[in-house]
Amino acid sequence: MASLDDLKKRISSVKSTQKITKAMKMVAAAKLRRAQESAEKGRPYSDKMNNIILNLSNGISDIDNAPKLLSGTGEDKVHLCVVMTSDRGLCGGFNTNIIKKAKLYFQKILDEGKTLKIITVGTKGYDQLKRLYSDNIIERISFKESKNINYFDADKVGKIVIEKFEKKEFDVCAIFYNQFKNVITQIPQEQQIIPLKTSEKDENSSEDNYEFEPEEDEILSNLLPKNISTQIFKAMLENSASEQGSRMSAMDNATRNAGEMVDKLTIEYNRSRQAAITKELIEIISGAESL
Amino acid sequence: MSEEYSVEIVNPEKSFLSKNDVTEVVVPAFEGEIGILKDHISIISFLKPGIIKIFSKSGEESFYVNDGIIEFKDNNLSILTSLILNLKDIDKEKISEIQKSAEEELNKSDINDQEKYLLDQKLEVLKSIN
Repeated sequence: MASLDDLKKRISSVKSTQKITKAMKMVAAAKLRRAQESAEKGRPYSDKMNNIILNLSNGISDIDNAPKLLSGTGEDKVHLCVVMTSDRGLCGGFNTNIIKKAKLYFQKILDEGKTLKIITVGTKGYDQLKRLYSDNIIERISFKESKNINYFDADKVGKIVIEKFEKKEFDVCAIFYNQFKNVITQIPQEQQIIPLKTSEKDENSSEDNYEFEPEEDEILSNLLPKNISTQIFKAMLENSASEQGSRMSAMDNATRNAGEMVDKLTIEYNRSRQAAITKELIEIISGAESL
Repeated sequence: MSEEYSVEIVNPEKSFLSKNDVTEVVVPAFEGEIGILKDHISIISFLKPGIIKIFSKSGEESFYVNDGIIEFKDNNLSILTSLILNLKDIDKEKISEIQKSAEEELNKSDINDQEKYLLDQKLEVLKSIN
């Protein structure tokens, strides 16, 4: 059995760990509120963008001449995956869930004999993927320096993706991120951004006759790169809200576990203190009896 | 009959402005300025750097935009832009900063005509503000 002193030390160390996790939980909660707010504020932009693109692509009659970003290269050989993770750890299963989802997809691609290329956004994703897929990672991006998520960071990623597309380095592009549902639930998502998957044609919206200035295809070819950045930005916002939510619940659990541990150790400490007292008493009494 | 319609300006971070009592909006469309009144035909267009003017019952407001897309449909005007600044409380330093980066961009050798045209436009507008 551990000595009284050892127990005392362990209790105090668990207590200080608890203090840290508690503080982290509070910080995460405060950040979560902000992240959630900006995720909600960012939604109208990407929704509107989607709507406009949908209306535009419905209006395009000549599918063969449609921009490549919309229709794809016509091939399906090289897949580019943008895996978005956090830069910091201690956020529960947040990063692992994305990686798990991504790895399933990677496996599928490789089994089909296609080429896989990976861009990691966020250091944690790179750390987890470099062991298995170091040959496939072509770019690693991290925004550790920027405090808040801003559109220009997303635009940078978007530009890299588009540049690679124009150089014909890949045919299909998918992004991986966590969608924020609520504090305890984040759903890892896989979203294909090139070629763009438009949802089912809406009968009502296609009836609208728009006037375009300049021509449809010119607008579309300007709009599509922007849409890529917007989708990436949306993913980044969702991701940051998810990260904070995930961290908050992870730290909440950690604080609770530390509390339980302190209770258990305190009982053990009291018991062994009591045992020591009893032992001393017995020694005194039996000493007196033998006289 | 009222002659008002609604306008909404959104940028990636948030919904920037939303108004229901707008009578006319002038936007710097790619091929020249367009003024949009109520019951305009549905239109999609993109913007070059310039000034958006919004006329409403409560007065006139002007904004600087870097780029953007507008969609007008059923008397709803949506303006999507990556950078928008209200001219009323504009920051001179911010303007100079944008101006500087535009000038740098312009001096690069590998820009095409369209980019050059857009940057020229941008500089012109920025100078007029300053």
